[in-house]
Amino acid sequence: MTTTTATPSAAAMRATRAYIRRSRIYGIVFIAIALAMYWLFAVGVDRASVTTYTLNLGPVPAEQRLPDWVVPSYTTVTLLTMLAVAMGAYQLVRGFGRATTVMLGLIIVFFVFSFLTWATRDQSINLVGMLKTMVQRAVPLTIGALSGVLCERAGVVNIAIEGMFLSGAMFGGLVGSVTGNLWIGVLAAVLVGTLLAAVHAVLSIRYMVDQIVSGMVINIFSVGITSFISSKFLQVFQELNNPGTFKPFALPVLGKIPIIGPIFFEGNIFLFGMYILLIVVHVALFYTRWGLRTRAVGEHPRAADTLGINVFRTRYVAVILGGAVAGFGGAYFTLGSVGRFDELMTAGRGFISLAAMIFGKWMPFGAFGASLIFGFAESLQGKLSILKVPIPSQFLLMAPYIATMIALAGLIGRAVPPAADGKPYTKDH
Amino acid sequence: MAQLAASPPSAPPLWRQIVQTVAMPLLAIFTALVAGSLLIILTDLEVLVALRDAPGRAPAAAWKAITTAYGALWQGSIGSPTQIVEALASGDSRAIAQAFFPITDSLVTATPYIFAGLAVAVGFRAGLFNIGVEGQLYIGAITSVWVGFAIKGLPPIIHIPLALLAGPAGGALWAFIPAILKAKTGAHEVINTIMMNYIAFRLSEWLLSYKGPLKRPDSANPVSPFIEKSAELPRFFPDPIRFHLGFFIALGMAAFVFWFLFKTTWGFEVRTVGQNPDAARYAGMNITRNIIIAMCLSGALAGLAGANEVLGVNHNLALAFSPGYGFDSIAIALVGKSHPLGVVLTALLFGTLRGGATRMQNLARIPVEIIDVIQALVIAFIAAPAIIRAIYRLRQAGPGAETVFTRGWGK
Repeated sequence: MTTTTATPSAAAMRATRAYIRRSRIYGIVFIAIALAMYWLFAVGVDRASVTTYTLNLGPVPAEQRLPDWVVPSYTTVTLLTMLAVAMGAYQLVRGFGRATTVMLGLIIVFFVFSFLTWATRDQSINLVGMLKTMVQRAVPLTIGALSGVLCERAGVVNIAIEGMFLSGAMFGGLVGSVTGNLWIGVLAAVLVGTLLAAVHAVLSIRYMVDQIVSGMVINIFSVGITSFISSKFLQVFQELNNPGTFKPFALPVLGKIPIIGPIFFEGNIFLFGMYILLIVVHVALFYTRWGLRTRAVGEHPRAADTLGINVFRTRYVAVILGGAVAGFGGAYFTLGSVGRFDELMTAGRGFISLAAMIFGKWMPFGAFGASLIFGFAESLQGKLSILKVPIPSQFLLMAPYIATMIALAGLIGRAVPPAADGKPYTKDH
Repeated sequence: MAQLAASPPSAPPLWRQIVQTVAMPLLAIFTALVAGSLLIILTDLEVLVALRDAPGRAPAAAWKAITTAYGALWQGSIGSPTQIVEALASGDSRAIAQAFFPITDSLVTATPYIFAGLAVAVGFRAGLFNIGVEGQLYIGAITSVWVGFAIKGLPPIIHIPLALLAGPAGGALWAFIPAILKAKTGAHEVINTIMMNYIAFRLSEWLLSYKGPLKRPDSANPVSPFIEKSAELPRFFPDPIRFHLGFFIALGMAAFVFWFLFKTTWGFEVRTVGQNPDAARYAGMNITRNIIIAMCLSGALAGLAGANEVLGVNHNLALAFSPGYGFDSIAIALVGKSHPLGVVLTALLFGTLRGGATRMQNLARIPVEIIDVIQALVIAFIAAPAIIRAIYRLRQAGPGAETVFTRGWGK
């Protein structure tokens, strides 16, 4: 650590100057995105082209049908560009202050919408269906990211989300098949996640194993044990791998709202479980004594210890809770989505969760927002072949990873982890 | 404490040092294998049936399961001694080749492990955790296979080195990105290399996709064209023995890494930065430069692993051709204590295990993934030696004998 000898006022001035500089950079980025938008999606587009967004999902009775939403492609992109330029100009001159991140999010939404409008010119696409897929895809990502938030806010790095997903998926599916009860399957997945997290906690807190090594142990072990059991039993005895899935349902009032309802409030227990967890984790971390203590342990364990907080117990609790959450997220793959376990079926989503956690700046709702963006990338990837867009789908799937690297590098909106994240704690020194 | 009464600390005799260094890894591997045996027994259908019907027969069934499994593992990795003797006695070249096939193929499997294990070890020495070896390996394979098939008409003496060097160049480039991000912004290399892994996988998917740039047009599978004969690493024996020059290149690289780390100023600086960055900075060493040097060397070694696979074994690039060499190599570097000699020995062991596991899957119906389980346990035991000491009631070797990495996400 380097120590600065500057006076407080000089430090404050430097902070202000840094803030202004960052604010300017944001403004330039906003305008750059806007211009890229215009250049990519408006230039050369036939002025007569229209984009048709259909808004009905599945067979809807005639009286409830929503009319298609038809927009002129060129004009729409141009309008959005102008709006984004205006926002960039305001950011350059005055600055949005605390709302800057939200504005950046809005501009990204503009960009994506312009892209869609351009890609769908003279064609039609089901907007509601696409956004619904986005939310569905974001469910496991958000749950995984919440697991990461819980662990890392207490100062324990958890790169084992992927392994917990995989094990939760396999054991959830297996137990669900054997007992014929999906709820018991979910319970088993949660238990498995808890158990793996307990191993992670003991290795990294008691034995002070490097938390990344410990996480890798769980990931490698999970790949091994799930694939082993899968090829030894699940592929031989099909009845062990046929748990079925939870049925989707709509929330009583919220689910009835047109457009919003089907997108956000219609799904199976994993979707609603995600919302509940999101609120519970947020409230618990930021509005309870337990949360304050947990965050204190993650930021400055020695100070917390001095104040009488049991650092070890706090970390154990946070990591094990995080494991339970990740196990629940793992069950989504077998019991909430596919209805069967396939080897390596999580396909790196645990790591995208990790990315969502970082991109969301270690905040529950930030992680949810990031998961929605990453979920949209997945949802869009499924549509690209229909739209005949000249972008290979693989490049779209790279987007979450690249976005995370950019966020981590601090090029726009630096992601800062809890101060003691990843550092084992010892009492003596 | 007893130590207070003992004579002042002096360096223990050499044999004792060797025993202390080797004991832990060996015990860790042994314990993991025992745990693996338990997994084999507990998932063996005959054992389970015996437990249900006649518990008295269960031990016999368990013994049979274990002997079948490890017998197959031995045969698959080393070969059958009687077959070797018979083949040598008969003098039939085909029989000899068949008898020696398992052991030579274990060496073939060990080769990428040596490269990749060295890659992780170099990172560890510099205090960097390069989880991105798998991705760098893919990029190395991609660049190397491209040079291998796209350039035609070169003599082997030029084409082989050219294709071989393309791999490390690609791998180093891939590692340079997280290195510069780490050095300039403090962004943690673990997250960035994980992300770079997935970017590399997606890139290879695209390159080998339908009408992708590296896709062989006349094949339905996601594979690249075969490399030119002039780019193939020479093999020493007739088919089916695949033992090739790569093994000796790997040994050479191990010697090079040893020389680099322990005999050069650059290596000294890299190790100092790894052990104590603050002290290194205080001594006037350039942290940025050393992070970049170490990471690029690590990436180059990973790229060599990829180049070795495409030029020596597969002769083309297939989607997902690596069974996780890059991830296994983390275990190899840990068991080998990040020392080139340790890495080579561990890689030989892991290559043997991996080679035999395939045979075990065919003969004893034990999924090859058991190796992952064993590997995870080995890493856990190596990283937490207290567990092994508790199992075997060993005393602590002495202060400073443990390596505990402590790294936060931030700077």
